[in-house]
Amino acid sequence: MSGYLEGVLALLCINTVLAYGAFLPMSAGQLNLGIAAFVAIGAYSSGYASNALGLNPILAALGGFAVAASVGWLVAFPILRTRGIYLALATFALNQVVQGTILNVDAVGGAAGYPVSAHVGFPVVAAFAIAVFALVAALFHTRFGISVTAVKDDERAADVMGLSVRGMQSAAFTVGAGLAGLAGALYAHYFNYIEVQNYGVLFSIYVMLYVLLGGTQTVYGPLLGAALFNLLPELLRGSAAWRYVIFACLIIAIMSLRPQGVLVKR
Amino acid sequence: MKTSLEMRSVSLGFGGLKVLDALSFAVGSGERLALIGPNGAGKTTVFNILTGVYAPDAGQVLLDGADITRLASRFRIRRGLARTFQNIRLMPHLSVLENVMVAQYAHTPGWLGMLQPVGFGRANRWRAEARAALEAAGLGKYAAQLAGGLPYGVQKRIELVRALAARPRVLLLDEPAAGLNPAESEALHEALEAVARSGVTLVVVEHDMHFVERLCTRVVVLNFGCKIAEGAVAAVRGNPLVREAYLGSERDAA
Repeated sequence: MSGYLEGVLALLCINTVLAYGAFLPMSAGQLNLGIAAFVAIGAYSSGYASNALGLNPILAALGGFAVAASVGWLVAFPILRTRGIYLALATFALNQVVQGTILNVDAVGGAAGYPVSAHVGFPVVAAFAIAVFALVAALFHTRFGISVTAVKDDERAADVMGLSVRGMQSAAFTVGAGLAGLAGALYAHYFNYIEVQNYGVLFSIYVMLYVLLGGTQTVYGPLLGAALFNLLPELLRGSAAWRYVIFACLIIAIMSLRPQGVLVKR
Repeated sequence: MKTSLEMRSVSLGFGGLKVLDALSFAVGSGERLALIGPNGAGKTTVFNILTGVYAPDAGQVLLDGADITRLASRFRIRRGLARTFQNIRLMPHLSVLENVMVAQYAHTPGWLGMLQPVGFGRANRWRAEARAALEAAGLGKYAAQLAGGLPYGVQKRIELVRALAARPRVLLLDEPAAGLNPAESEALHEALEAVARSGVTLVVVEHDMHFVERLCTRVVVLNFGCKIAEGAVAAVRGNPLVREAYLGSERDAA
């Protein structure tokens, strides 16, 4: 496999993990604009763990998941008290706070970026992506998958039907944050360099687009969305300067033809 | 007869508007009670307080003798108190089968219950149970369809199957016969008779007095959040206060 192809596929794998991180809260009806904050937390905490503490990079990546999930769980309680556009604003603010904080921590390089020395190869990244896809797909074939859609459709009725609305929402938010952290950790150890400036709100919105484009109604939507967003620009490389124009037109066409996302339930 | 569900001097106001005023009534285990009254009398509010959607300003709600006034909604259905909604509230993005499966969680709750597989389309206990319930209600052919797009009468029947999938001991039905044609209404009557015979306590809010008369043994009449009459259907029908609530007094007419 050529270095170029491997790089594209590795990024696809990382972004697939990320897409599931964004999909989980969305499946519970939450618009999380702070996904990049959790990517940054996962990337920096795992990078620090392998650089400064000498942790094996695979363990460090799992650690990145755990740290991001823990932060997600802690902020879920205050943040999930808000609804709709206010939730989007609260998560947006979270993104700014985390980005600003890391930018000011000299131990991880601050604005200069943070080189991560330990490397994980493409097979590791691919294995994580496959495992995440399999686990999330399995999760959505349990009662959780049905219940989380019920919560998204009608919180009040779901509550009366016996579901813990807040429990489901914070679980989805927490696991989503963890997966975003895992994606950040994989990025840090595959590309060996991270820069917190990249993890702004635009990054969060970009990831949301994968999921919205692929479709939020089924567990396969994010996979397709990530594939479209990562592979289409590469396939259009032949048309050089026009490729992003063509890509944007394709995205608009898909969205007007399939406003619910490419993959819908029925 | 053992008391199953009880309201004790329950009051609720929204701002200056008193919706329920020291309302008390009780339902015996296995009884079939109708809650009637003109529009705005507070009937649906009673259901919303019983299921924990609203917390009352004063008074108590008891289920099998236990005070559940402050208990969250989700724990009430787990204790056997299920309901249907006046404006049907099926989950539009779930299939009919999945809507029924949502309610099964009420009798097997907890994280382990939540993580039980419902199959990758394969045969599965939960799926099979929900399908059997739908088929018994003659709704098997809708199982795979999304609930959102189905006709009103069908959605109403699905909502009843869903409420029963929670295996309730007390079932609250908010205008179950509203909008149904005579054949559908008759089918609903048969279905509820069977439910009642299985020992489930029924509390029914309904305007169709013919339907109430056939199904229920006792009636509580509300007007402006107060109980104005209680008793057998025939007795209540002749009560002058009830006639006045529904038809207005002669003084009003003059």
